[in-house]
Amino acid sequence: MTGKTLLEKIWETHIVDSPLQEAARRDALREGGALDDDNMAGERPDLLYIDLHLIHEVTSPQAFEGLRRAGRPVRRPDLTLATVDHNVPTLARDQPNPDPLSAKQIDVIQRNAEEFGVTLFDIFDARQGIVHIIGPEQGFTQPGMTIVCGDSHTSTHGAFGSLAFGIGTSEVEHVLATQTLRQTRPKTMSVEITGELGPGVTAKDVILAIINEIGVSGGRGHVIEYRGKVIRNLSMEERMMVCNMSIEAGARAGLIAPDEKTFEYMRGRPHAPGEDNWGGALERWRQLPTDDDAQFDREISMDGSSMRPFVTWGTNPAQSVTVDGHIPHLQDVAKAERESAERALAYMDLAPGTPIREIPIDRVFIGSCTNGRIEDMRAAAAVVKGKHVARGVSAMVVPGSGLVKRQAEEEGLADIFIAAGFEWRDAGCSMCLGMNPDVLAPGERSASTSNRNFEGRQGPGGRTHLVSPQMAAAAAVAGHFVDVREMIA
Amino acid sequence: MRRFSAVSGRAVPIDRENVDTDQIIPARHLKRIERDGYGPFAFEAWRRDPEFALNDPVYEGATIMLTRSNFGSGSSREHAVWALDGLGIEVLVGVSFADIFKNNCFQNGILTVELSGEDIDHLMGIARKTPQTEIVVDLSAQTVEVVGNGWKRSFQIDPFHKYRLLRGLDDISMTLEYVSDIEGYEQRRDNASLPSTAVSPQTNVQWRSNH
Ligand code: SF4
Repeated sequence: MTGKTLLEKIWETHIVDSPLQEAARRDALREGGALDDDNMAGERPDLLYIDLHLIHEVTSPQAFEGLRRAGRPVRRPDLTLATVDHNVPTLARDQPNPDPLSAKQIDVIQRNAEEFGVTLFDIFDARQGIVHIIGPEQGFTQPGMTIVCGDSHTSTHGAFGSLAFGIGTSEVEHVLATQTLRQTRPKTMSVEITGELGPGVTAKDVILAIINEIGVSGGRGHVIEYRGKVIRNLSMEERMMVCNMSIEAGARAGLIAPDEKTFEYMRGRPHAPGEDNWGGALERWRQLPTDDDAQFDREISMDGSSMRPFVTWGTNPAQSVTVDGHIPHLQDVAKAERESAERALAYMDLAPGTPIREIPIDRVFIGSCTNGRIEDMRAAAAVVKGKHVARGVSAMVVPGSGLVKRQAEEEGLADIFIAAGFEWRDAGCSMCLGMNPDVLAPGERSASTSNRNFEGRQGPGGRTHLVSPQMAAAAAVAGHFVDVREMIA
Repeated sequence: MRRFSAVSGRAVPIDRENVDTDQIIPARHLKRIERDGYGPFAFEAWRRDPEFALNDPVYEGATIMLTRSNFGSGSSREHAVWALDGLGIEVLVGVSFADIFKNNCFQNGILTVELSGEDIDHLMGIARKTPQTEIVVDLSAQTVEVVGNGWKRSFQIDPFHKYRLLRGLDDISMTLEYVSDIEGYEQRRDNASLPSTAVSPQTNVQWRSNH
């Protein structure tokens, strides 16, 4: 018998109902005449139990409204956690919100949380922050769990060996009402990164390299399990970074097998198992990693030793090149992608052949669920320490949670950023998606540590280049992209 | 949810790869708390280009949208589907669709049909050259047909999705028929092994906003 992958192990322990069980039930019902033959195709997908449901202000109002109309309660408020992150201001929170629509959305989630008995890390809660930062930070995210959220970057939590994926608002309502989801079992894909990363090459560069290799829909229908020496050597926060952008490769989710590093990171967090239950938890978690003889539907392998810092030049995260490269000539782009490359270059106002290092930038954004954790703050601060943001560049750091912010202040990182001319803000999604006042003006060009460089993502007409926190910090200081490896050498 | 059977109508061509949900509905329009009212903001940035298909009155009233591969990639926002619904789109025909977007379509009674690149080329050509052409998408028969020229293709669809769409079934009511299975699962499961989110607020008294 062949072994199982991590995905299969999690999946199988969460099945509430599957067509196989149903076959027996149908036979029983049919004998009693209660079932019309046409009912419920036997091919229906498995019904999966959801262990943790995270909620935020933008994709939940319609779901709660649906419950209210149908007179349904939240089935497991004790497995549901809400926060506000997407549209909260990152400045002057003690003042009335200048945007009445955002203010209303925040009001509505407060009312819904109260009415349905759901815990909310509200705007003045010390633990408020980006939904994918606070779950792991508080120890809610644990190996072997199923986690969903009305947000595509839910894949972040896969770094702990939990199956975590984004859902739409109708599915949010479904999970609120039933604590389950009917899901087709995704295919499995192994992405192995061998070797060792060189200095200045980060987890961000690893995932940008992967997306560049397999394309923005390369993972469609699959859950990617990241494996290999490079992945094992990453810190937990770096692993979250890699899993975070699985969706940018079109994957349903990303996974990394839990190991001693995972357990070390979790131990002592407020909602991780306490000392009494720790031994039992470890025993369960240690069963999770993919068996040696398990089969993946697809496998790829890449050499981490040859990876270099990446910069995106286009309007999807696969349109990228290493920092020592240049904007591609259209004849060098694969034929199928030429038209979209041409369109992207026009939107980005970039000429083929331009060296990446000669591209000047206007804005720098360090933050988001991709790179808004304490290690990201430390890495960026180390680059800017004693230096100053270039003339004409406006740069901001937005910590991913209130607790990251506090820790960065305690470690003196905030002072480093402020002395270097960065703005130091309150926690939220901010310029990652530009729902609050933190937006690019039309035509402005940013070096951003977020995850999407889509047209207008950071503001209508804005031009986004995705990079690591180190690369963003270096670009802030230089006023254009630079190879951070030279700065730290 | 409304029942889906067959749709016949004109098709509007969105001839681009990887159309992401930020294009379909930009984030700044996600602040509404309703499910409707997003149609006017659909493809807001691209509509500034007078050449963009949705600006061409000839496609007004189109119920079918033609596109390429990986349509609906990126954000999970269901608002993207609500926006297309607001435009009157009932069927999307393309080479492929992003996973979450496709689920969101089914949740709203919108059908996604996947055809080969050549078939899409053919349909794009028709929609451009003779925009008035009537196209029929029949879910029961799983076919796409160009009325009047005999062109017809069949498509694959997950039988469960088909079943739900044809009957306009509400997913939550369907799942609630399994409530005893859910209860059984909850009892089997060691509840103490799951972290409870029932925790009290921690208002940060030291909290001080930056200005
Ligand atoms: S930081 Fe950006 S990607 Fe992450 S949850 Fe917020 S908006 Fe989404």
